[in-house]
Amino acid sequence: MARKLPPVDVVLVGFGWTGAILAQELTDEGLEVLAIERGAWRDTPTDFPTTTAPDELRWYWRKEMFQNNSRETLTFRNNRGQTALPMRRWGSFLVGEGVGGSGVHWNGQTWRFLPSDFVAASHNIDRYGPLPEGMTVQDYGVTYDELEPHFDRFEKLCGIGGKAGNLNGRIEAGGNPFEGWRSAEYPNPPMHMTFSQNQFARATAELGLKAFPGPSANMSRAYTNPLGCQLAPCTYCGFCEKFGCGNYSKASAQTTILPVLMKKPNFTLKTHNEVLTITLDKSGQRATGVRHVDLEGNEYEQPADLVIVCAYALGSTRLMMLSGIGEIYNPATGEGLVGKNYCYQVMSSAEVFYEDKYTNGFVGAGALGMAVDEYNGDNFDHTGLGFIGGGYIANWTTNARPIETHRTPEGTPTWGSAWKKAVADNFLKSTSVGAHGASMAYANNYLDLDPTYTDVYGRPLMRMTYDFTPNDMAMSGFLTERVREIAELMGGREIKLNPREGPYDSMPYQTTHNTGGTIMGTNPTNSVVNRYLQSWDVPNVFVMGACVFPQNAGYNPTGAVAALAYHAAEAIRTQYLRSPGPLVQA
Amino acid sequence: MAGRSLSRRHFLAGLMVGTATFMAPGATARVVSREIPWLPGRTDMPPAYPAQRFFTPAERRCVDAITARLIPSDDGPGARDAGVTDFIDSQLAGFYGRGDRWYMRGPFADGLETQGYQSEHPPAGLYRHAIEALDAHCQGTLGANFADLQPAQQDELLTRLEEGDLELDGVSAAAFFSLVLENAIEGFFCDPIYGGNRDMVGWKLVGFPGARYDYRDYLDHDGARIDIEPVGLQGRPAWDPA
Amino acid sequence: MSAPLHASAALAALVLVAAPLTATAQVNSFAQVERGRYAVATGNCEGCHTAPGEPSYAGGRGLETPFGTIYAPNITFEPETGLGRWSKDDFWRAMHEGKGPDGSNYYPAFPYPHFTKMPREEVDAIYDYLATLEPVRKEKPENELPFPMNQRLSLSVWNWMFFEPGVYQPDPEKSAAWNRGAYLVEGPGHCAACHTEKNIAGGDKASEHLKGGQLDNWSAPDIRGGEGGGIAHWSEDQIVEYLKTGRNEHTAAFSSMAEVIEYSTQLMLEDDLRAIAVYLKDLDSDARQPADRPGEPVMTAGAAVYFDNCSACHVADGSGVPRIFAPLSGSGKVNDPDATTVIRVILEGARAVPTKAHPSPLSMPAFDWKLSDEQVAAVASYVRASWGNAAAPVTADEVAALREALQPTVQ
Repeated sequence: MARKLPPVDVVLVGFGWTGAILAQELTDEGLEVLAIERGAWRDTPTDFPTTTAPDELRWYWRKEMFQNNSRETLTFRNNRGQTALPMRRWGSFLVGEGVGGSGVHWNGQTWRFLPSDFVAASHNIDRYGPLPEGMTVQDYGVTYDELEPHFDRFEKLCGIGGKAGNLNGRIEAGGNPFEGWRSAEYPNPPMHMTFSQNQFARATAELGLKAFPGPSANMSRAYTNPLGCQLAPCTYCGFCEKFGCGNYSKASAQTTILPVLMKKPNFTLKTHNEVLTITLDKSGQRATGVRHVDLEGNEYEQPADLVIVCAYALGSTRLMMLSGIGEIYNPATGEGLVGKNYCYQVMSSAEVFYEDKYTNGFVGAGALGMAVDEYNGDNFDHTGLGFIGGGYIANWTTNARPIETHRTPEGTPTWGSAWKKAVADNFLKSTSVGAHGASMAYANNYLDLDPTYTDVYGRPLMRMTYDFTPNDMAMSGFLTERVREIAELMGGREIKLNPREGPYDSMPYQTTHNTGGTIMGTNPTNSVVNRYLQSWDVPNVFVMGACVFPQNAGYNPTGAVAALAYHAAEAIRTQYLRSPGPLVQA
Repeated sequence: MAGRSLSRRHFLAGLMVGTATFMAPGATARVVSREIPWLPGRTDMPPAYPAQRFFTPAERRCVDAITARLIPSDDGPGARDAGVTDFIDSQLAGFYGRGDRWYMRGPFADGLETQGYQSEHPPAGLYRHAIEALDAHCQGTLGANFADLQPAQQDELLTRLEEGDLELDGVSAAAFFSLVLENAIEGFFCDPIYGGNRDMVGWKLVGFPGARYDYRDYLDHDGARIDIEPVGLQGRPAWDPA
Repeated sequence: MSAPLHASAALAALVLVAAPLTATAQVNSFAQVERGRYAVATGNCEGCHTAPGEPSYAGGRGLETPFGTIYAPNITFEPETGLGRWSKDDFWRAMHEGKGPDGSNYYPAFPYPHFTKMPREEVDAIYDYLATLEPVRKEKPENELPFPMNQRLSLSVWNWMFFEPGVYQPDPEKSAAWNRGAYLVEGPGHCAACHTEKNIAGGDKASEHLKGGQLDNWSAPDIRGGEGGGIAHWSEDQIVEYLKTGRNEHTAAFSSMAEVIEYSTQLMLEDDLRAIAVYLKDLDSDARQPADRPGEPVMTAGAAVYFDNCSACHVADGSGVPRIFAPLSGSGKVNDPDATTVIRVILEGARAVPTKAHPSPLSMPAFDWKLSDEQVAAVASYVRASWGNAAAPVTADEVAALREALQPTVQ
């Protein structure tokens, strides 16, 4: 029997980046806010200090920082003709758990999407005609111009290092000339580039491309953010993605928000408590709070006036399904919207091997890199190419952690003496150029609930049905050729191409950029949430995260996730609290 | 998490055994309000238990022979020099071998390549079944256990395992091979605290400086080699006064 | 929506609710209560009279002394377990003479030898402020003192030897700022309680005034700011910044001083902090004896440990990242002849105090599980003898002893 707890104004389901942002904004408004996190409290000096952080086996391979698969996972299949089976351990993406969420173990590559990305459907239809059969791309319902102040806010919160390419419409040398206008320069200068980035810059210049520093949430210098939180200079240790930062150099909820938030009298955090469902009143149109269970198995009813779902793209989508908010998407009929437009990211790369130059990849950082954006979004004419969208191409030096990163040239066997020799010869003398491709929504890629497998509480697992699409493959083929052109000019002895081939494989790590499932849009017939991330069906429920992306752009998503969260928070503060109810009339 | 404790003695004595539940002592529900929790002297320590063992002597010989072919000791150190078998043995004895953090509920089915590991056995069980079947196969066809075959014979069998071209009594040969290869590479390059990469031979072979946290002084290397002695989480010989 | 919580409204409600509950409380002027609130801050009452995670001022916190554990009482105005039945005269006697309403002596863990310097009006204001706090019912645990320390009679002897009641008398030769600083440091601030070496009976050694002390397995550094003093290289501005924000160019506060800054000095007026600085900068000291240098093997090993473990934050040359990671070069704590704090911080880590100005709780992790006694000694000796630092080497035995002393009794 669930114990009923005293009501709060706001309950946040999950306490990662978006949970921390919403908590900070809404406690500032004077609201009593409770965050419920299924994982542990985590702080830098205890849980991922410099003394234990550089441990590749523990954090990546034994996955100690990620969601525990034994309690909950997903099932996966490439298409509806197959039987989905559980992802028995994480592979292609790594879902976070615990305070700070995946934001503790991200790389820190912090982008803004292009203005055209937010109007992907109307823009591409205007320019190239109707979308192909089966493609379900749509506009976000919010524009870049509306989000600009919120991108800016997040960059200042995090102390992003970079170089503006478009300051209030003026193109700036050294920055990304294709980016949307920005109201201010980045708060910090770019990272300190190393040999590989310099080679990339030279090669791209030769091709007439305009390379610029990758926007980085690893601190290029000591920084104090607008809340007064301090971040230390990055030491380029090469343990960012899949690891917590031991010396306060990577923006995370821990380093940028919690020092201020945790002290507030009107904020409470519960850890090791998992929300089982959002509770609804009899009408089904109003949330009354959440039901949650602690690790010891005690169940609670937590009444709240406002429920904000901040449980990562996958967890948030599943919670909406389990709570019966909206209808689950069915690709056979096209009915339902929850679970629709699941998208990912389409990656390919070329490895460059040097004869007598040392790339020393261990001198790295999660967002230490140079990039070009000529082939992203609609920055180039797609006429006759057979696809829309694109991606940035970059040379990042994130790490040389040897279990994970030991590049070998074309034709090397996968084990034995020849393999070992190739690893030893090339470990310090190789780098990689990658294309970070967009992922366009199709009717056959979606999420729903699995009919067979359940989690530790007996609830159905979410089922992912996903494969790369014709648009993905054409786009990736095009981008990989551009990658090859650049890689060939980087002064190496040889290159090895890793094109995107075959069906999507759920095991080799690609990116933790899962998007869609509770998509945003202009009206309740095409979306789960409105432009303020408010549920059309239950207006006192808001959903944060990349699950609201109608399709994924050719960038890492965190910047856009955060900007949308700030945009939603502003709407709650300035509109919803004055007049609780739908912020957009259906 | 495993091993929140103050005691160095306990840690070094290898008593940090993989406790039955990975969500061990510190993991209880709590309410945090008006504070940023922190206590001095607390570290969420690595779950290392290098002395713990899983294999029978016969299993150990088999795995030792396999990993010695995967990462041979030739003109440079290999799996045997790095203690890879010890590493795998202790890993399988702990939470990893038991699959404590893997989803191990049924029903089980063979699955597609894109669906990853689908054995009903957690890693330790997979090893046990696969090794038994492999040695039985070797006995039946070649009259000796795998460990006693010639290297060329072993390599041929490993190639067949890799390609899934061998029946292992209900255990997927390809799944077994890819798990052993993954674990061998882990054991060759992991922190020595876990019992593999002994004396940091794997890191020295490739030039990885190990568990370091500051390379600011090397940013302008401009393609020149950086030579730094590797260090593990438990240090390097230079830490002790001569 | 339920009503948003506004701090000021909540406080007003507390005042209204609390006042009628206490027999002796009167409705006092806002100014009087504010004066009391400020005086409480200058004395850091909250720090000792609040147990971790418990209501403020409700007591129960244990103070480890060389003689045993003494628990701070509940000073909310709850009638049974707190000060609810006390008169203003009772309170004055406690603060000024160190005696309870029944005439019994307090242990000098309660710093009445310092509070005695506070004038009556100030002490009355504290009383009026405490009366506005929500009363909390909370019994004080029994002190854990061996015989004869548990005999309060012995305290009469102690008082006779070491205690002279009397309100602070200004020195007409000195400036108003100096006098204000001297009052704050020697009176409510009770800096000497930690920063002065004690004699065998626990009284201050007069000749060692503010030259550093040891308490509860911490060494408190020399805070004399004049020539030869431990913070001679700090400017007045840097002292003010440190007390206000918990950090300055040279260091960051942690452990007991963190508490002092959190509950006391960061709440104080800048003029008062400057007065403290003026006073401390006027306290000269004798030059320190030159210390031995560690042997080469220790320096070599210490440098290796430092390079691999410490440089990411404290930087290869010990310069740190001022106000984020404490510089070690020139640090008063590193150069303290008593190495307790240096060893302890390496063993169990430390957290730079989060303040209003610097909210980030930047922390150093514990190395106890990672470094042996020899390795801790080597790196401690190395930092104490590098980059211009000149303090004596640390031995492995000292590290082992402190490691043992810090072992929790229950694990």
